[in-house]
Amino acid sequence: MIRIHKSLAEIVGEQYVSNRKEELYIYSQDPGMMEPHEPDYVVMPKTAEEVQKIVKLANEEKIPIVPVGGSLSLSGLIIPHRGGIALDLKRMDRVLEVNEKSRYVVLEAGVTTGKLKAYLERNHPSLRFSIPDAPPSATVVGNIVIHGQGRLTQQYGFNSGMVTGLEVVLPTGEVCKIGSCSVGPYWFSVAPLPYLAGLFLGWFGTTGIITKLGLSLYPRKKMRDIEMFLVEDPNLVPDVIHRVTHTEMTEDIFIGAQPYPPVFKDIIMIGICITGDSEEELEFKRRMIWDAVRTHIDSREGGFMMLTPDIKLPLLEMPTTGTTRFADVMKGGGFEYCGPIIPVEKFPEAFKRLLELSSKYGITYGMTGRVIGRSHCMMFAFGYPFNRADPDNIETTKKALHDSNVASLDIGGVPWKPEVPAQKMVMERMDKNTLELMKRIKKLLDPNGIMNPGNWEAE
Amino acid sequence: MYELKFNEKVCATCPTYDCLVRCQYMDIDKDTAKVEMEKMINGQDSFVLHQCATCYACEEYCKRGNHPFYLITDLQEKKGVLRMPKPLVTQSVNLAIPTRRDIQEFYGATEPAISLCLFPAYIDSILGKLFEDVSIILGRHFFCQLMYLHFGNPSLIRERLPGIIENIARHNFKEVIFFHDECYSTLTSYAPAYGIKVPFKPIHLFEYLYNKLKEHEDEIKPLNIKVAYQRNCSSRLAPKKEHFVDDIFSLIGAERVARRYDRENALCCAGVIRGQQRYELFVDVQKRNVEDMMNAGAEYCVFNCPACFDSLSEAVAKKGIKPIMMHNLCKLALGEKPAGWK
Amino acid sequence: MMQAYAKQIHRCFRCGYCKFPSDFTDFNCPSYSRFRLETYSTGGRLWLIWAWLKKEIEWSEHFAEIVFSCATCRNCVEQCPMGFSDDIVDWIVSARSDMVEKGLALPHIRDFLNNISKHGNPWGTARSKRDAWAEGIRRYKPGDEYFLYVGCVGSYEERGQRMARSFAELLDEAEVSFGILGAEEDCDGNEAYMLGEMGLFQELAKKNVQKFKELEVKKVVTLSPHAYNSMKNKYPRFGDFEVFHYTQLLSEMIQQGKIELSELKAKVTYHDPCFLGRYNGIYDIPREILKSIPGIKLTEMERTKENSFCCGGGSGNFVTDLLGGSEENPSRIRVREAHETGAEILVVACPSCMMMLDDAVKDEGLEGELSVKGIAELVKESSK
Repeated sequence: MIRIHKSLAEIVGEQYVSNRKEELYIYSQDPGMMEPHEPDYVVMPKTAEEVQKIVKLANEEKIPIVPVGGSLSLSGLIIPHRGGIALDLKRMDRVLEVNEKSRYVVLEAGVTTGKLKAYLERNHPSLRFSIPDAPPSATVVGNIVIHGQGRLTQQYGFNSGMVTGLEVVLPTGEVCKIGSCSVGPYWFSVAPLPYLAGLFLGWFGTTGIITKLGLSLYPRKKMRDIEMFLVEDPNLVPDVIHRVTHTEMTEDIFIGAQPYPPVFKDIIMIGICITGDSEEELEFKRRMIWDAVRTHIDSREGGFMMLTPDIKLPLLEMPTTGTTRFADVMKGGGFEYCGPIIPVEKFPEAFKRLLELSSKYGITYGMTGRVIGRSHCMMFAFGYPFNRADPDNIETTKKALHDSNVASLDIGGVPWKPEVPAQKMVMERMDKNTLELMKRIKKLLDPNGIMNPGNWEAE
Repeated sequence: MYELKFNEKVCATCPTYDCLVRCQYMDIDKDTAKVEMEKMINGQDSFVLHQCATCYACEEYCKRGNHPFYLITDLQEKKGVLRMPKPLVTQSVNLAIPTRRDIQEFYGATEPAISLCLFPAYIDSILGKLFEDVSIILGRHFFCQLMYLHFGNPSLIRERLPGIIENIARHNFKEVIFFHDECYSTLTSYAPAYGIKVPFKPIHLFEYLYNKLKEHEDEIKPLNIKVAYQRNCSSRLAPKKEHFVDDIFSLIGAERVARRYDRENALCCAGVIRGQQRYELFVDVQKRNVEDMMNAGAEYCVFNCPACFDSLSEAVAKKGIKPIMMHNLCKLALGEKPAGWK
Repeated sequence: MMQAYAKQIHRCFRCGYCKFPSDFTDFNCPSYSRFRLETYSTGGRLWLIWAWLKKEIEWSEHFAEIVFSCATCRNCVEQCPMGFSDDIVDWIVSARSDMVEKGLALPHIRDFLNNISKHGNPWGTARSKRDAWAEGIRRYKPGDEYFLYVGCVGSYEERGQRMARSFAELLDEAEVSFGILGAEEDCDGNEAYMLGEMGLFQELAKKNVQKFKELEVKKVVTLSPHAYNSMKNKYPRFGDFEVFHYTQLLSEMIQQGKIELSELKAKVTYHDPCFLGRYNGIYDIPREILKSIPGIKLTEMERTKENSFCCGGGSGNFVTDLLGGSEENPSRIRVREAHETGAEILVVACPSCMMMLDDAVKDEGLEGELSVKGIAELVKESSK
C-alpha cells in the first residue's frame, strides 16, 4: 500500500494524494442516500498524462478507479463500491478553446458548470451552453456523462447530444480522441465518423475516463422571459406540451408540482421560457405560445399566471437555486429523486403513481420535469426531501425511491442516472442481446474490470 | 348570512347609469346600461358579467352608493360565470390558507400598529422616521380576502372575513393602520355593505403618512419632481381618502402631472386583465397608461398598491419612469433611502 | 452553543455553492482554493464535523487542520442558498470551541492563543514592546474624542506599524482629538473568538471595556477591521461606546476638508477585507477615499465587495500559516489577480491583509511591479 501511495504521489505530487480517514470518508459518499464505501486513495491529477499514468498503475495493481466530478448525481455513481482510487478530476479545470464561428468549446474534465457559464459571459457573451439545474459545482463533463439535461434541452435534446468531441483515457491506458478532433484540429462534430462517443456516454465511467470535451455552444439572446401555464388536471399536460413545442418558439419547458406551501397545492405549473434579441421578438413568441394553448384557455381549464419580477428571477436563474433548496425542505440536508425519462404522454400516469407513493409512505414530494426535444420525451422526477439525521425517514425514503423506479419502468420509462439497484432493475428488463452487447463492450475496453466496478454490472 | 345592502329602486331611478356607461373596458350606452342593469338586478345573465374586468370603478361611478360592483360579482358567482381560469382560482383560494409560518396573534404588538397583510416583502421598508415605534402584524390570519372579487368567488370573502376581523380585534387595538389599500377598503366599504361589523377604526396608510410627515415637516426637503399616480382598484371603494394623495404630494414637493388616465379615469394596472387571459387588452391598457404618464412628463410613477407595483413597474421602468411606492417616496422627502434604492 | 450547532449541522447538502463567488468566475473559498480536496470546502468541513460528533470519525491532527484552516471569511455565508446560511461560520466556530475545550486544537493554534493570553499578542513578544513604534504619538486622556485602538499587527509588525503611524499623523494633521493606550493595550480578541477560545475572548473583551470605562472612552476607532468587528458586534454586551473603522473617520476628515490632498498619480486596485466587507457591509467608503485623491486611478479586480477573495489571513492564519506553502496560497492567488488589473499599488484597509498580501508579492516575484499600501499611507503621501 505504501508502494502504491508513493507511486501515486510521484505522479500527482504528495499534496494531491490522500489516504487519510477524512478524505476517505468524504469521498465514500455523495449527498444522496446510497450506502457509503470508502476508497483506498483520493487522487487529484492535473493533466491527461497524469490520468494516463494512474490508469496504467491501476491496471498493473488491479486497483479500481472511480472518476469523480461534482458528485452531484445523487445516485451514488461516484461511490467506490470496491474501494480503490477516487479520481477527483476537478483540478483539470481549464477552458481550452472557444471557437465562436463554429460555436463550440473545448474544456477539461474538471471545469464546473459555474466556471463555464462565467467564462462565456465574460469572454464570449453571444454564446451559451445548456446549463443544468445542478449547483454550479457540478462538472460539465459529469453532467454529459450521465445524459444530463439543461436549459437548452427542449430545443436541442439531451446535453450528451451536444458533444462535438472527446479525449478519453481508456481503461487500458491509451489516450484516444473521438470525433473530428481525431482527424484534424477542429472539434466541431462527432459525426460523420463512426459514433465512438457512445462508448463513453451514459456508462458512468466504466469504459474510460473523459479528460477533454468538445461541446456545442448556442446563440445567447439578449433577453429571457418566462410564461407559467397552470392546469389542475394532469391529463391535460401532454397536450399542452405538444401544442407549445409545435410552435418551436420556446427555450426551456419545465413542469413542477408540490403539495406545500398551499399556494402550490392542487395545481401543476408548466414553465415556458422564451428568449429574444428584442421586445418584438419576445412578444411575437409570447403571442404564439398563448395562441397555441387557446383551446385550454377558452375552456377555462388552463391559464397563464401573472409572474412578478421577484417570482421570475428564481425561475429564470441559471442554475436555479430552488432545486438545491429543496434539500432543506425537511431541514434535513438532503433530497434524492428518481427521474426517469418517459414519453410525455405518460405524464398523467407517472403523476398518479407519485401521489400514490407519497401517500403510501407518508412523505412529501416535489415533482419536477423537463421536456426533451420537441416533446420526444421528458424527464419526470419523483423527488423526495429527506432528513439525514433521521434514519427512519431515510429508510422510508429509500423505499419510496425503489418503488418510484419500479413505477417508472412499469409505465414504459427508463430510469435516468440510476443508482446501482436501479441499474439492476433496468438490466433485468433489458433486451438480452443488448445486455450482452454492453457486457462485451465493457470487457473489451476494461479487461481487468477496474473502471467504477459495481456499475452496469450484469449478473 | 350576510346580505348586500342593495336597493333596486335606486337603480331604477338613476339618471345616468354611470356605473356601466363610464366603464373603460366595455362600450355601453345609457339605454343598453339600463337594460343590462335590470337583467342583473333580476338575477339574469348579461354580457356585463362575462366582460367585466373587475376594476371596481363602477363602485365609484355610482354616486348613489348602491354597490353595482358587488352586485355584479355576486351574480357572477351565482351564475358560475368564470372569467379567470380554474387553476388560477384554485391557486388564489389556496394562497390564503395559513402556512406553518403564519401566526394568529402578535403578542406584545401595540399601537400604532400596521397590518402588512400578505406582503412580508415590505417588512424591511417599515423603518425610519415615519415608522418609529410601529408594531407590525402580518400573515394569512390578517389577509382581507378582497381579491376574491377578481376571482368570481366573493362568498369566500364573507365566509372568511369575520374571522380575520376577529384576529385583528384580538389585539385590542382601537385603531389599525392598513398598509394595503384593499384591507382598508374591505373594512370601510365591503364590510358595511354586507353588514359585517368592524370593532376598530381602520386608518389608511396615506392618512398615517400625511400626519407623520406633518410631525416632521421641518425636516422635509421638497423633492421637486413630477409624478404620475397609479390609482389601484380598491381605492375606488373609499374615494373620501383620495385627498391624502394630493396632500402628501403637496407637502413633499411632488407635482402630480395632469394626465388623462388619472383620478376617476384611472386605468387598472391590468394584472387582473392578464389573469383573465385577455392578453391583447392587457398590453393595450398598460401601453395607454404608461404612454399617458410619459406624455405628461412624469419622472416617477407612484404606487398605492404592491400588486399594481408588481404588475406595472416593469413596463413603467422600461420607459425610464421610476416606479416607487408612496411610503418610499415619503422617505425620500425626509432624506432617507428606501431599502434597495440606488 | 454546542447543542445548537450539533442539532443543525446535518442540514448542509454539500451542494458546493459555498465554493464560489456570485458569478462563479473562480473558486472563492480560501481553503478549497488552496487544497482542492473536498474536505477543505465548507461542505466537506461541515460533514466531517458532523461525522466527528456522531463518532463516525475520530479526532486527528488532519481533522483539526481541516477545521482550523477555515479563514472564516464568510464567503460561504454570502453564497449558501439555504435558510441556515447565516449560521455556517458560527457552526465552525462552535466546533472549534468544542475542540479547544477538549484540548484538541493544533499545537500552533494553542501557541497562538497562549501568547495572546500571556503577552497580549499572538507572537509572544513582550507587552512592554507594544508601543515601541509609537514615539511621539499621543496617549489617550479622558476627554479626548477618539480612542485609537492600534491592535496587535499595528503594534508589533513593521508594515502594520507603518499603517498605524500614517493614520495617527493624519489625525494630528487634521487636528482631531485622539490618543492611543500604548503598552497597556491588549489584544481585541477577534481571532480568539474565531478560533473558538471563548473564555479568552470574554476575558479580553472585559479587560478592554474596563479600560475604556476608566478612561471614559466614548468613541473607539480601530486600525484593523478585525478589532472593528469584535468591538462593534461582540463587545456591546459589556459596554456602551461607538466603534469606527479608521476608513470611516478618514473619509469624514477628507469630506470636511480637514486634510488637503495633492496629486498622486498611480493606478491602484482595492482589496476588500472580509471583516470590513462581508462582516460589516463597508465597501464604498474606502473607494470614495481613493477616488478623492487627485491622480489616483482606481481599477477593480474581478472579485470585489461581497465577492472579494479573502487573503487567507483570518482565524489567526496571518501567524499560523495553515494555508501557506504553495502557489495556491490564497494571498498569492489574490496578488496575481491584482497584478492582472495592471495596478501598481494594491491598496488595503487591514493590517492582516497587508502582511499576507505583501508577503505574497515577494513570493510571486512581483517586487518593483506591485506594492501593497494601506489607505492611510496613500492619503498621507497625497497630503504632503
